[in-house]
Amino acid sequence: MIALVVRVDNQVNRRDVLRLGAAGTLLASTALASTAGLAACSTAGPGAGTPAGASGGGGGSGGGGSGGLVFLSDQLSQTTESQAMRTQVLSGFSGGSVDFISFADTTKFITQVVAQAKAGAAKVDVIGGLQGDFVSLQAQVRLRDMSDVIGQLADRNFPRAYLDLAKIDGAYRFVPWITATYLMAASKQALKYLPAGANVNALTYAQLLAWGQALKKATGRPLLGFPASPDGLIKRFIQGYLYPSFTGGLNTTFDSPAAVTAWQWFQQAWAVSNPQSPTYAFMQEPLQSGEVWVAWDHAVRLIDALKSAPGQFVAFPAPLGPKGRGYLPVLGGLAIPATSKNVTKATQLISYLTEPKTTATMLNAEAWFPPAGPGSLPPGLAPGISDEATAIQATVSSPATIPAQLPVGLGAQSASYDKVFVDAFTAIALSNAPIPATLASQAATLQGILQSANAACWKPDPLGSGVCKVG
Amino acid sequence: MASVSAPAGQRRPTARPRARHRGWTPYLLLAPSVAFLAVFFIAPLVQGIELAFTSTSGQYGLATFHSMLNDPGFLSALTNTLIMLAIVLPVQFVLAMAMALLVTSRPKGSGFWLYVYMLPLGVSELTSGIVWYSVFTQQGWLNSILTSLGLIHAPVIWLSYSDSLLIIATIVVAEAWRSTSIIVIILVGGLDAIPREYLEAADVFYASPWRKFWHVTLPLLRPALRTALILRTVLAFEVFATVIALAGGSLSVLATKANNAYTQFQEPHLAAAYGVLIMALSVLATAIFLAGLPVREERLP
Repeated sequence: MIALVVRVDNQVNRRDVLRLGAAGTLLASTALASTAGLAACSTAGPGAGTPAGASGGGGGSGGGGSGGLVFLSDQLSQTTESQAMRTQVLSGFSGGSVDFISFADTTKFITQVVAQAKAGAAKVDVIGGLQGDFVSLQAQVRLRDMSDVIGQLADRNFPRAYLDLAKIDGAYRFVPWITATYLMAASKQALKYLPAGANVNALTYAQLLAWGQALKKATGRPLLGFPASPDGLIKRFIQGYLYPSFTGGLNTTFDSPAAVTAWQWFQQAWAVSNPQSPTYAFMQEPLQSGEVWVAWDHAVRLIDALKSAPGQFVAFPAPLGPKGRGYLPVLGGLAIPATSKNVTKATQLISYLTEPKTTATMLNAEAWFPPAGPGSLPPGLAPGISDEATAIQATVSSPATIPAQLPVGLGAQSASYDKVFVDAFTAIALSNAPIPATLASQAATLQGILQSANAACWKPDPLGSGVCKVG
Repeated sequence: MASVSAPAGQRRPTARPRARHRGWTPYLLLAPSVAFLAVFFIAPLVQGIELAFTSTSGQYGLATFHSMLNDPGFLSALTNTLIMLAIVLPVQFVLAMAMALLVTSRPKGSGFWLYVYMLPLGVSELTSGIVWYSVFTQQGWLNSILTSLGLIHAPVIWLSYSDSLLIIATIVVAEAWRSTSIIVIILVGGLDAIPREYLEAADVFYASPWRKFWHVTLPLLRPALRTALILRTVLAFEVFATVIALAGGSLSVLATKANNAYTQFQEPHLAAAYGVLIMALSVLATAIFLAGLPVREERLP
């Protein structure tokens, strides 16, 4: 800029150029550094969906745009998922076009809904989220009472447990839509290294560790795998599986002696896990490439491996720990903002999305299960999907199951809450930090987060009133 | 501009009004770019600095910087950033100098090589990271090639979290591939600006190619080198997509900490504090280069 001004005057010596050039360079580098530094703050990494964090919909029925229903969700945000949602699921809706907009980031999704509701300019007609999202949303904006819609959809036979979860502030705030959970998958060539007497469908944490050690001994390679990249779901493994299985709780047992045992198990398992695990977001990829033979992940993030080579992989429940089988069922639902002006059409869309035919399409195209329990699945499931269905059935029907919930009622603190578990994992597994000291330091942070969110305990911790107390 | 339109030696009775008119033209021409800078550079800069110096409760102070210093992994992120910088700069400058000398020596097909060198400039940082991940991953291209050549019997895990120097080395390779051409462009420009007379004078004294390079080319290239060094250092402080793609959660640099704080953990204040730190380090590095590599007038080509 400065150099340009100088050149127009055309009367400048080299010394001026040098002096101004130096000053300009300093200024330019400041601006460049700050802008790019801050730009780094607003760009998502790989696997985080689209850079803006949301994949906009070109419209369900292939059309969309003005006049269509707006369907906002924090699920199905991967490109292939949202594409399948538009072309295979929403394309069959006869009630008009649908703009399906999915967010890779739950907090941004909630912020969007809340901001629209508070501005009195709600453009959203249908909200598709997880149960915990609706608890956060209902605390900030009003969701429509869906009792009449659930009454109209009585033939869908939603299980009582799911309807109970849909009841927030004394009314049904969402209609159960999709369910999923987390599973383990293994390459069939790993099965011969199972410890003696171990049954893959009733595996214990001790047996899983022994299996990983046997695999390393036999092949020389660490072949267990966890999705530990920033976009992976290792935090859910720790929250919904490791802690409940070893301690019977989560927040109330965060810093307990049983938690130390859990983390000791994890450190040993990590030693026989592929050291490239911190780069894995979806375990289906390393399973398919053979980098990992035994993995834990969300059912949707394993399905490609199971679908592409159903004869080569097996799916089975997560292991049993000293307290039982920690298990994180995921329930997604459909809600309508109280301010919506398009209730009739939105209700039609919800009715369509919960029809058996549509849920069968969701299952085969997206690997999300219908909210009707695995016992009543449609016939003719795609290869791989039936493997997952069997594994989910084995998980749910196990008497030792300890159902956990996704974090509830944390609102804007959800991400900070997850950071506690990611930080504990990074310190203990990646940096070999002492377990008791790490847990003690993170427990203080955790209590501060629960306090500022004024969040009560959720399952598997004992339910009660008041702020959940970290133990 | 006016001096060009008037033939030399002629009287210009209207020179004074024209000069006045000319006085506004540059500023009008500059206005769009200044407005652009104000909206897209200065406003975010001020906003970012304000965020960094505000706590989550909205109070001004250094609380966010305190959180940053206590953020787990802060020190290792800072160390990794500096190590990466210390390796990537010399590697890229040696490569870029060789490439620039090759292009400016005008061998047959030098134009073709210039285009080849420029190709990675068209690839985004994230795409480059993903491509290099497919090279370095355990079942990737590199291990496949090494295995087929019989050089290794079992795949090497290049991206193991337990060997951060090896991961940094892969990041350096990816960065060198992607962004060396920026330096090449600057150096080619600098080399082209060196008058032939200096090199011909050196030839008269039978200077060896090495002495010509060391005593003639390099000193005259100093302004271009300094610009390239500043630009590359500032950009290296901001590399994050390559690091995320290759290292995932194994290793952090300051820019990945800023990105994760904002996108993953929803902590804009912390992210802004990291941004301000990156800015401060970039300004410091720029000031050091400006002071340490002064360009004297008589050395300008």
